[in-house]
Amino acid sequence: MSEAATDVQAPPEPQKPQRRRKSWFNLSEGGGVPMLVAPTLILLAIVIGYPVVRAVIMSFQKDPGLDKATGLFVAGGPAGFSNYTHWLLAQCVAAGGGTTTCPAGNLGSQFWTAMFNTVFFTVVEVAIEIVLGLWFAMIMHRKFHGRGLLRAAVLIPWAIPTAVTAKLWYFIFAYDGIANHILHTHILWTAGAWSSRFAIIFADVWKTTPFMALLILAGLQIIPDDVYEAAKVDGASAWQRFVQITLPLVRPALMVAVLFRVLDVLRIYDLPAILTNGGGGSGDATTTLSILVIDQIRQGFNSAAALSTITFVFIFLVAFVFVKFLGANVIETQEAERKGAN
Amino acid sequence: MAATTTATPQAAEQAGPVTRAPSRFSWSGVRTYVGVAIIIIWGLAPAYWMVVTAFRDVGFTFDTTLYPTHVTLDNFRTAFDTSLGNHFGLALLHSVIIGVVTTALAMAAGVFCAYALARLEFRGKYLLLGGILGASMFPPVALVTPLFQLFTNIGWINTYQALIIPDISFALPLTIYILTAFFREMPWDLEESARIDGCTQWQAFRLVILPLAAPGLFTTAILAFIAAWNEFLLASQLSGPATQPVTVAIADFQGSQPHQEPYTAVMAAGTIVVVPLVIMVLAFQKKIVAGLTAGGVKG
Repeated sequence: MSEAATDVQAPPEPQKPQRRRKSWFNLSEGGGVPMLVAPTLILLAIVIGYPVVRAVIMSFQKDPGLDKATGLFVAGGPAGFSNYTHWLLAQCVAAGGGTTTCPAGNLGSQFWTAMFNTVFFTVVEVAIEIVLGLWFAMIMHRKFHGRGLLRAAVLIPWAIPTAVTAKLWYFIFAYDGIANHILHTHILWTAGAWSSRFAIIFADVWKTTPFMALLILAGLQIIPDDVYEAAKVDGASAWQRFVQITLPLVRPALMVAVLFRVLDVLRIYDLPAILTNGGGGSGDATTTLSILVIDQIRQGFNSAAALSTITFVFIFLVAFVFVKFLGANVIETQEAERKGAN
Repeated sequence: MAATTTATPQAAEQAGPVTRAPSRFSWSGVRTYVGVAIIIIWGLAPAYWMVVTAFRDVGFTFDTTLYPTHVTLDNFRTAFDTSLGNHFGLALLHSVIIGVVTTALAMAAGVFCAYALARLEFRGKYLLLGGILGASMFPPVALVTPLFQLFTNIGWINTYQALIIPDISFALPLTIYILTAFFREMPWDLEESARIDGCTQWQAFRLVILPLAAPGLFTTAILAFIAAWNEFLLASQLSGPATQPVTVAIADFQGSQPHQEPYTAVMAAGTIVVVPLVIMVLAFQKKIVAGLTAGGVKG
């Protein structure tokens, strides 16, 4: 980075435009690109590239541990796909050395529960947030006194660290807490399977709907007013204008917001880890894929690496489907918003 | 479907505040303000409850009066008390150090990459931009296993670098993406004009571009800092007593009785953590919204 910094102050070259392109130092002519992006690429290769490759390698290694059949300590060694089948097919090593279905309580048997919970949170939260986010965005889009106050209020749930949010909702959903008081109920929110899932969804929707609304609002702001004017002149009702103008025109921004949120909920960890500790119901009603990885880490790195690789590939595939088939074009959409905003 | 009946806003927009003076009662206006009130309550009510509880005597933890009652500062004293093994004060310091260093590193590398992405044409530019966006959406859980093993082997657990290095993985892409958006809106022509007026390239950068870019740089730094400050997953696995940040400290906060949550003290600790963030958000609300919508920041 420091080399690059000194290059900015490098030679105030005499005006010789035809020679500039060759120079690595002249920033305004595109010559210095490799040097400008190198620090970033090197850093990302270290902090993301290395761990990902390492995780894949680890996932094909056996976790050292005690062999149940012999009682002897076995070192690692190549594992083939056994770490993957441990999760995907819930296969554990049997006493004789073969494989058997993982017993209840073994983390391997929790994979599909965790997958269900993660996908369930994602689908339900994002569906609620689309509706609420659209509504919030349309209100924020109107002209009124105190828009600044509204936007600041909306940013507060976003700014509070999720760890604090989780503790806050843990208190709100406590047995003697205000949620039961307001609802006149006596529910052990974090104990039941569905009540704990509900608590997670409510807390997360509270925190992230404002963010969703801001992303949708950015899309609303580029719809030209005269489109609405023309529709109104033609006698379109408010509902017709919403369905036939607002929705189609805001769709690119909406898709981007949905993509961001889907990828975000698929990796959800902080909230269920603190609010319900992954528990509820029979003990794993709010265990997500990320929580399962963390639970596994201290029981065996390599098996955890396999699970984190599965999680990563799954999230990657979802993102791929969104971009490829559902037309969530982040870069183009945001470019359009920028141009529209100018 | 109250939200869909936007009958007046367009008209109001064009006429501006002039029409607002004589404007009489309108249902649409009422609906707007009802909606606004709902959103403000949505945003503030739970946070308000945290603050009210933070100031409430521990004996009245579950008092459900909506305004402050049994007001005391004891909870803040408990939050900073170290006799139960909580080191909240230290954790604040750790979080500041981790946040500042992470932000500084991300900005130092990111500003050059963002400049290239915003100002220069080169092959693979959109691939790079897409890659950086993808990196900002990267699940941290995919990093934590190999890093945990590596840092354990080389004795880095309980050191700052064990938290700062993985934090770069989200802070840097975030920084680049937001900065690229800010840089694109800069009036770069002025740089050219300054050159024509006899400035050197460095002078043009220092005297013209830097002051103009300062608000964008500052906002980006705030957003990167907030992201690092709020991080929990990596910190919960890779930190130790000497580096534990506030998010982990609050999650693990111990009460005087085992299995009994010290709610009021935790709410006090939460209030302390949130107040600086809220002040920053209120002060830079407009810029932050611009940065947020450009970067798609996770919370």
